[in-house]
Amino acid sequence: MSLVNFTTREITCKIVYYGPGRSGKTSNLQYIYGRVPESRRGRMVSLATQTDRTLFFDFLPLDLGVISGFTTRFQLYTVPGQVYYNATRKLVLQGADGVVFVADSQARRLEDNVESLQNMQANLLAQGVDVRGFPLVLQYNKQDLPSDLILTPSDLDDALNFRGYRSFPGDALRGAGVFETLKAISELVLKRLAATGSGAA
Amino acid sequence: MTRLNPRYRFDSYVVGSANRLAVTAARAVAESPGSVYNPLFVYAGSGLGKTHLLMAIGHHAMEVNPQISVEYLTLDEFIEAFHAAIASGQGEAYRHRYSDVGVLLVDDVQFLTHRREMQAELLRLTNTMLASGGQIVLSSDRPPNDIEALDERLLQRFAGGLVIDISAPDYETRVAILNRQAEERKARFDPSVIEAVASFPIASIRELIGALNRLIAYQAVSEAPITSQQARAVLAKSMPSTVRVAPQVVAAEPASPAGAAAPEAPRETTTHPTLTSDEFGAFLSEISSAVARQVEAWRGRVAEAILRWQGEGYHTERLERLLEGEAPVDPDAALQDYEEDIAQLRQLEAEAQELDAQAGGLPVFRDPNRVEEARAEVNRIREGLSPPPGPAPIWRVEEFVSSVTNVEAITAARAVLEDPGHRYNPLVVYGPVGAGKTHLLNGIGNVLAEASGSLVACLRAQDFVEDLIRAIDRDRVAWWRARYRRITALLLDDVQDLGGKDRTQEELFWLYNQLLESGRQMVFTSAVPPAELEGVEPRLRTRLEAGLVVELPSPDREVREAIVTRNLRERGHEVDPELAAYLASRPVETVRGLQELVQRVLGAAEMEQAPASVGFARQLLEGSPAGPFRRSSGMRTSGLLSPTGSLRSREKIVWDWPDIADRLIEDPR
Repeated sequence: MSLVNFTTREITCKIVYYGPGRSGKTSNLQYIYGRVPESRRGRMVSLATQTDRTLFFDFLPLDLGVISGFTTRFQLYTVPGQVYYNATRKLVLQGADGVVFVADSQARRLEDNVESLQNMQANLLAQGVDVRGFPLVLQYNKQDLPSDLILTPSDLDDALNFRGYRSFPGDALRGAGVFETLKAISELVLKRLAATGSGAA
Repeated sequence: MTRLNPRYRFDSYVVGSANRLAVTAARAVAESPGSVYNPLFVYAGSGLGKTHLLMAIGHHAMEVNPQISVEYLTLDEFIEAFHAAIASGQGEAYRHRYSDVGVLLVDDVQFLTHRREMQAELLRLTNTMLASGGQIVLSSDRPPNDIEALDERLLQRFAGGLVIDISAPDYETRVAILNRQAEERKARFDPSVIEAVASFPIASIRELIGALNRLIAYQAVSEAPITSQQARAVLAKSMPSTVRVAPQVVAAEPASPAGAAAPEAPRETTTHPTLTSDEFGAFLSEISSAVARQVEAWRGRVAEAILRWQGEGYHTERLERLLEGEAPVDPDAALQDYEEDIAQLRQLEAEAQELDAQAGGLPVFRDPNRVEEARAEVNRIREGLSPPPGPAPIWRVEEFVSSVTNVEAITAARAVLEDPGHRYNPLVVYGPVGAGKTHLLNGIGNVLAEASGSLVACLRAQDFVEDLIRAIDRDRVAWWRARYRRITALLLDDVQDLGGKDRTQEELFWLYNQLLESGRQMVFTSAVPPAELEGVEPRLRTRLEAGLVVELPSPDREVREAIVTRNLRERGHEVDPELAAYLASRPVETVRGLQELVQRVLGAAEMEQAPASVGFARQLLEGSPAGPFRRSSGMRTSGLLSPTGSLRSREKIVWDWPDIADRLIEDPR
């Protein structure tokens, strides 16, 4: 996708929230949605089942205004976490400029986290994206739960973050770590833009 | 004069996008004082590193050339010293003292405002430095045009060099400066503290270092290491309110009342955050800053390119127009277009220069907006080149008669034709006059010329010499060289004629090397083997021997008879083997002589309406009555034939030596 378009004076960044089902991806977007002034956000599109599980994907367009002459937009997506929606995940992941991997900090979900992380790497690789140089940050969500139920950020780093990405403890329902995560991934995406030139496609 | 501060060097100068151009120019000036940008005028706000840069130039110039004299002084010092000199009646001496200075660094020239007398002195000093080839570097807190009431002549002098600015350091540069300063002071801070300081929009480096000093002082009295939050709090107290507002958001106007307030300190506790409604504002502010850095980076890149290409003498109006516009441009695309045009111009200029040395440096080759004109110019020059002489078409290699005596030369010629430029390069054929060297040479040339795209130069060495003399006479040596450098093969006849022609040998030497290097075939003929060439430089002689040297001896009886037979046939006569044998036996030294002999006999027979028989030929050539021709050993002839076929003398030549009486050669002359 076109990251910086000098002709139309637009910067568009597509950021995808990835992770196992019920890890809190949609909660991240909802929190952001709640904090963004109405004039800056588009309609949050959420296709959910009756039980509030994401069926297809969530989409939240953010309009950051005109920065240095460029209309700057961030498009935030989530993927459905359930294993059987892999085709949708692949579709949403296409053209992503950066990914936030939202892990569920509960100890019993560790296996799901690992499986989802592997699935993400495989899907990126299928699109020709080498995850090693790709903008990616991790968020360890639900750190507000009782400590005997969850793994610490350090434990989760050991289990999931062997590549040393930036990681943030989070409580997406109340907003802890949400904007820090978003800021980190945004900076990575913009840095990559500097490293790879204009990125116009 | 102030001594140069030993700490102010290039290696202690943090380079960022804001000062990269100035540093590049300063380095260039320090490395080649007086020749690159002279004068160099650097302007920047207070505390942005002008003095550091000036002194760095001085240090570096002395490192590059320890003999050079470097003087640094502020304008105030200059004025004071001048007044003192005037007061003591040493004004003239003071003026002269700068004539030996290699690099003069004058700081703070903004104080020239309304000082006509000092402006005149500075003008005189600038002129002196420029005239003596010395470098003058000036600094000011504003561009020359903004120095009130500045003498127009000074403005022109400054504009004649390079006027360049240093802008406020960007975020990354501020971080780098702070890290370096902290390291120098042996203070250790968490990276988040440094980032917090750098994120304060402090424009001046001095203020930035002052801020760091405050944190160092704060840390000295604290037990625990200072956190980024504490750092922000410490600095916020001492900052003017105008500085506390983050300036990064250019156009975005957040809806939140808190808007683009200063970035919030990162929350240390994430499990119990303080939720605020301006999270988005803070996020927006920081992201805006990152976006602005990326987008505005184009100006730095374009300006850097302008400096570079101007330094190389190219017109940069196209890039300057980009900078004049407010709207960001795609620097990659713009610079790529520009640099592609420059590459084309360079290629065209190189070609033009090769064709005509005087064409190099034409203004059209320095303006990327005139690539088409440059191309037309090269075409014009190229069309003016006529190819060097080629092989004479009458000589065909397949008509060259072979025999056991010349088989070696013919085999070598065929090998050359099979794999030109690689098998035997050069091929040198030597032999006596009339052996057929010219025929063989031109024959080879004609076959080589049949290849598509080939350009074969085939000429006598004497013509080669004369061609060069004409070129020298008309001052077109470069053009002459270009003609020969385009050829695909060089065939030079009678290279013994190059003896004593030093300049031609020199040119041939270079041409030889070039042709050999590019695998282009060379064939030379000579009357003597290369080793025996007189008046030919060893370097050329040895090169002639470097390929294959073969002898082409005088045509033997078999060859001579074949030549006569072919000539008779070509002239529409039935070939009388006896006549052919008789004519071939005549003492004619050259192939051309044999041809003329045939022509003479046939012409006479036609005139007298007699059959061209052996008897007729003998009668004509020897004056004796026609009798049966007896082809035998011990054959004797009298008289030598001139090249025109007429008897020239009464010399007697004995072809075989049956007995002692026949071993005499009479020379009645």
